[in-house]
Amino acid sequence: MRRARVAYSGAIHAAAPADPGDLRLEDGRVVPETAVVWLPPVEPGTIIALGLNYAKHAKELALGAQEEPLVFLKGPGTLLGHRGATRRPSGVAFMHYECELAVVIGRPAKNAARGDAMKHVAGYCVANDYAVRDYLENWYRPNLRVKNRDGATVLGPWFVDAADVADPADLGLRTYVNGELTQQGNTRDLIFDVPHLIEYLSSFMTLAPGDVILTGTPEGVVNVNPGDEIACEIDGLGRLVNTIVDDAAFGR
Amino acid sequence: MFTAACTIPVDIPPFRLSGVVYGALLNQRGALDEIAALAGNPPYGALPRAPVLQIKPRNTLAGPGAVVQIPPGVTDLEIGANLGLVIGRPACRVGADEALDFVAGYLIVNDIGIAHDSFHRPAIRLKARDGFCPLGPAVVARSAIPDPDALRIRTYADGVLVQDWNTADLVRSTSRLLADVTEFMTLAPGDILAVGAARPSPRARAGQRVEITIDGVGTLSSSFAAAPS
Repeated sequence: MRRARVAYSGAIHAAAPADPGDLRLEDGRVVPETAVVWLPPVEPGTIIALGLNYAKHAKELALGAQEEPLVFLKGPGTLLGHRGATRRPSGVAFMHYECELAVVIGRPAKNAARGDAMKHVAGYCVANDYAVRDYLENWYRPNLRVKNRDGATVLGPWFVDAADVADPADLGLRTYVNGELTQQGNTRDLIFDVPHLIEYLSSFMTLAPGDVILTGTPEGVVNVNPGDEIACEIDGLGRLVNTIVDDAAFGR
Repeated sequence: MFTAACTIPVDIPPFRLSGVVYGALLNQRGALDEIAALAGNPPYGALPRAPVLQIKPRNTLAGPGAVVQIPPGVTDLEIGANLGLVIGRPACRVGADEALDFVAGYLIVNDIGIAHDSFHRPAIRLKARDGFCPLGPAVVARSAIPDPDALRIRTYADGVLVQDWNTADLVRSTSRLLADVTEFMTLAPGDILAVGAARPSPRARAGQRVEITIDGVGTLSSSFAAAPS
């Protein structure tokens, strides 16, 4: 099942797909997709993100393989829903999207074994985890100024039940900038796959329902500019659209 | 669909906590001295310009009196005595001169970690372990603290003073830190921003009891035990 959270006519609703282009709200109303404000489909607890988790992307950034997953954390203020606007600060040279498989935890996980790890997954979303590379510094890198900016972690459009995803280790990912394909990958190329990540993380931190793991992005990240429309797609999970805006849109 | 539960004991009205805890790292004179010796070398290259921040996720949060478990194979843990700012209203791009108006109150945050020599990558496995962020003893109203940049912070291990510093030694003062952090990320009511710990860090071993005292804010006690292997 696919579920969304949307704002419509003065309230927040759970929504599901109806006829193409329409959404069915939980109260029975059917409304055009374009008439709602899409919110992140889950309200996450801890947001865990992976860096350099696709071999070719690590190579693209001129970094070698790691022994241990490169993990960082994000706060709730960075989240944004489908069709939202993300600010690109003026004066930066390189801000890029990152299309990622987001894994939503459904059952508490502590010291989960790899073989049992997938039982702790409730479902999946598409994520777009923006970075402003100009702000990278080498202390606890990447730091929050690069990866935890307001509105720079886009999640959605749907939460898709784990039962509806046949093989999360074989999902194609694609990003389009203004309709042009710029990024392509497949979750089969993850250096640390989803069961490994759950085993690793739960070996030192108890994962709780609603925690989200952003599993990293493949190669093909390019600079984006105000006015660009970025669409991140993952097989079976949907197409997450986002627009880049400049400082003026935020009154700066 | 999911609501992040905040069940820490110090979440008491009127000072509701969101359960979101951010913390500044390397924001004290001793810490700066320590990394200044490294800064010219790879992989660092230079001293940090922007605030260096971390998140203590909800699995780390614990209340006063909690027992902190020392993982197998680890001798002792670093104690990070911090002043924590509890945010009172949405803080986005606040000026340093008005920053304290966005603070509802203060509490003690103990940013516990396994000691590490490299500061290059986020130390999640070392610092985001279950129970590694005791908070408390309670939120003290902002009005009770005339100057958060002149607070003595003392740490005792089994009653012996092991660290004594003052928030006057912060590299970025509380208000400067709030201004620089909210330039790119909005803090929400109930969020906590820990302003940074002094280095070198005192350590605690299994069987020890640690007390952190901040003038006017109170005393936060924790005890340390070996985790069952």
